[in-house]
Amino acid sequence: MSVRKLKQAAMMLFSSVLAMTSSHAWADKVLNLREGVTEVSRNAYSLHMIVLWICVVIGVVVFGAMIYSMFAHRKSKGAVAASFHESHKIEVLWTVIPFIILIALAIPATKNLLLIEDASNPDMSVKVVGYQWKWSYEYMDGDAEGVKFFSSLDKASNEARAMNSGINVANVDNYLLDVDNALVIPTGKKVRFLITANDVIHSWWVPDFGFKKDAIPGYINEAWTYVDQPGTYRGQCAELCGKDHGFMPVVVIAKEEGEYKKWAAAKKAEAEAAAAAAASDKTWSKAELMAKGAAVYGTSCAACHQANGEGTGPFPALKGSPLTTAESAAGHIDIVVNGSKTNPLMAAYGAQLNDLDLAAVITYERNSWGNDAGIVQPKDVKAAR
Amino acid sequence: MSTAHAEHEHHGAPSGLSRWLFTTNHKDIGTLYLWFSFAMLFIGGAFAMVIRLELIQPGMQWVDPNFFNSMTTMHGLVMVFGAIMPAFVGLANWLVPMMIGAPDMALPRMNNWSFWILPFAGTMLLSTMFMEGGGPNFGWTFYAPLSTTFAPESTDFFIFAVHMLGFSSIMGSINIIATIMNMRAPGMTLMKMPLFVWTWLITAFLLIAVMPVLAGAVTMMLTDRNFGTSFFDAAGGGDPVLFQHVFWFFGHPEVYIMILPAFGVVSQIIPTFSRKKLFGYSSMVYATASIAFLSFIVWAHHMFTVGMPVAGELFFLYATVLIAVPTGVKVFNWVATMWQGSLTFELPMKWALAFVILFTIGGFSGLMLGIAPVDFQYHDTYFVVAHFHYVLVTGALFSIIAAVYYWLPKWTGNMYSESLGNWHFWTSIVFVNITFFPQHFLGLAGMPRRIPDYNAAFADFNLWSSIGAFGFGLSQLLFLALIIKCIKGGQKATDEVWEGAEGLEWTIPSPAPYHTFEKAPEVK
Repeated sequence: MSVRKLKQAAMMLFSSVLAMTSSHAWADKVLNLREGVTEVSRNAYSLHMIVLWICVVIGVVVFGAMIYSMFAHRKSKGAVAASFHESHKIEVLWTVIPFIILIALAIPATKNLLLIEDASNPDMSVKVVGYQWKWSYEYMDGDAEGVKFFSSLDKASNEARAMNSGINVANVDNYLLDVDNALVIPTGKKVRFLITANDVIHSWWVPDFGFKKDAIPGYINEAWTYVDQPGTYRGQCAELCGKDHGFMPVVVIAKEEGEYKKWAAAKKAEAEAAAAAAASDKTWSKAELMAKGAAVYGTSCAACHQANGEGTGPFPALKGSPLTTAESAAGHIDIVVNGSKTNPLMAAYGAQLNDLDLAAVITYERNSWGNDAGIVQPKDVKAAR
Repeated sequence: MSTAHAEHEHHGAPSGLSRWLFTTNHKDIGTLYLWFSFAMLFIGGAFAMVIRLELIQPGMQWVDPNFFNSMTTMHGLVMVFGAIMPAFVGLANWLVPMMIGAPDMALPRMNNWSFWILPFAGTMLLSTMFMEGGGPNFGWTFYAPLSTTFAPESTDFFIFAVHMLGFSSIMGSINIIATIMNMRAPGMTLMKMPLFVWTWLITAFLLIAVMPVLAGAVTMMLTDRNFGTSFFDAAGGGDPVLFQHVFWFFGHPEVYIMILPAFGVVSQIIPTFSRKKLFGYSSMVYATASIAFLSFIVWAHHMFTVGMPVAGELFFLYATVLIAVPTGVKVFNWVATMWQGSLTFELPMKWALAFVILFTIGGFSGLMLGIAPVDFQYHDTYFVVAHFHYVLVTGALFSIIAAVYYWLPKWTGNMYSESLGNWHFWTSIVFVNITFFPQHFLGLAGMPRRIPDYNAAFADFNLWSSIGAFGFGLSQLLFLALIIKCIKGGQKATDEVWEGAEGLEWTIPSPAPYHTFEKAPEVK
């Protein structure tokens, strides 16, 4: 930590304190739980308010008695200690009264819990899979049946969150709360989520829906929502899942049914076109592969191997590494498609990306940062699978 | 009992390093524990400062996310296993024999070993930070498979360190139970024991019950990592959720291990400065025992979001909120003790009162978290961070500080500096609330815990929290200065020290001689 950094921090601290006291930031300051947009979240909110008020009332009584005693029963005011130190009546009273309050609380809590956990009779289902560090969504039925895509941190946030990026994150819209591909659901439908994970435990959370549910490898957890209001609802992964736990937001867009159908049709067509392109035997030019590869690298690889290819910590450098500069691309293709056999941190991207994207990103890695090791075509990847 | 010491002359402490290395004296070992935990408090505190530095404003400025995760992990581990737990064992070492009229702990050589394992375990734990691939980065709860398949190499050293810490705790607990059960002075019946002794007796049983469970959890991790088993690996037929059940079966009693002795400390201090007997002594004992029992059947409230059957969720919801009853009894009893007392506000009392109010605030948020359908919102957010820092910092740590102020004159023979102590108290109180209270708002607004960066909407409260944390951290240097000053000299303390103090430890001279109660006192 250099002197310059310290100075910079001191300046920032000073200016933020100024900004805090002078701006209108207070106006939209969130102090309380969000009410959200579903029955579940509104129930959670009202239960939260009930418990909060119970606590406030108990707090006022108990702290009030304490503070009264602190002023009225001071030795300096001549208070002489009484000698009582037991009263069964009072003890029974303050055991029974809290017990009754708890029962009164348990009733609405139970009702709510039963509602939340009832994912039966959904109108449609979406499979949600947590990956380090992104989500994938797959529509199991309905208009978008078969549509499957990954949802990663959006490009603007991703660039701004690099160490000392020089970008003022206050100017990035929805910093860390935006994705490249949002989950889209229809309003007025009971949507069931089947939640699991591919590597470590994640947790899928949209505060406005009123629940979070862990995504656990080997388990399929159920959750559901029913949204009336069209809108964009944002959340984040809520279970520590490794290095980029803070950088895998959840974004859900609720659209009215007509809009949703349009979106589903477009998404299906897009997926078909991409699949066709990947499957075709077309030989791609280096420029095409590099352009595509740069984008794929940004969302799938840069988090660990870094935008400059130099790696960080346990994540090896790709720049000038023997693997990425070898004459034969076979080893490089193998580790990207099948994952590392020795280091579980390197996932098998064959399951996540199509042949074209894989060929593009491998080409990008072999021809960036001074690497110069020739290009890889989708058919090479296909042959290696 | 005095035969054990018959061979000794009436001598003072031996001098030099060997005094501390080979000591079997409960007071020396208590002192070692307390200094060790104080050192760990500053190390763990330094990690917290790194966390708050990175979170001072949005964007990534100081540390990379992996190191940030290491910091949150090590902060938690060092504070729980290095600072809070050893501090209470240190207090028990100093005070339990003096309170029950025993000459020393029942097993003095094991006592030496219990302590001397700690510096090695602590060093091993801290050394992981300098290993290739970095230190543990999976949170102090080390959920599999992040802590098994996906963890850095240094994790095996972390596992070994946890084993050693566990040995130390188990031996310490055996010693405390053996001492309390066998070495009470004639007439010191169980229901006459000071509450601090009672709470530690119950805590020691909790430790013996759950430390082996933790050892089991980390051993399964070790074999999963190195010997091809699949306890927690779904791909091999194992179960990642099993880890959480095992961990929290240890982890929930563990939080009571850190708070029951705190209840004991406060139950000693409040009557003294109220000049009035503790209200409802027997109900305090029963409440402590009830809390200990309940602590074994509520563990899955840490796991409401893992997808348990709804019947399981309901059971853990009901059992969890039930804890509010005995905990409430304790708080009401403390207030009733003060009621119509003759109160003065020396520093131990100030800290004890701060404990009662702020711990209760932590208890309120705990009740809120226990309501499962709302926990789905609070879970793993800064609301939880606020909650457990209110119960562990303004709860456990404050009680330890209160205890140090209360018994320091007995330990050193000198009164502490009142003005330095007042500065320490008021800066701590102000800054600790600036640190942790806004974290409730952050959590409610939707900020997850354990993230190194956040949206600008969370910026203001994070800035507050960071300023508070730096202030609170620096305030503890005053405490260090006060203790050193008090050891070096100061106004001589009387034997009784406090006007209203009752208990055997106040009948011996100040400073407490190296050997006390070689002849058992008579308790009426």
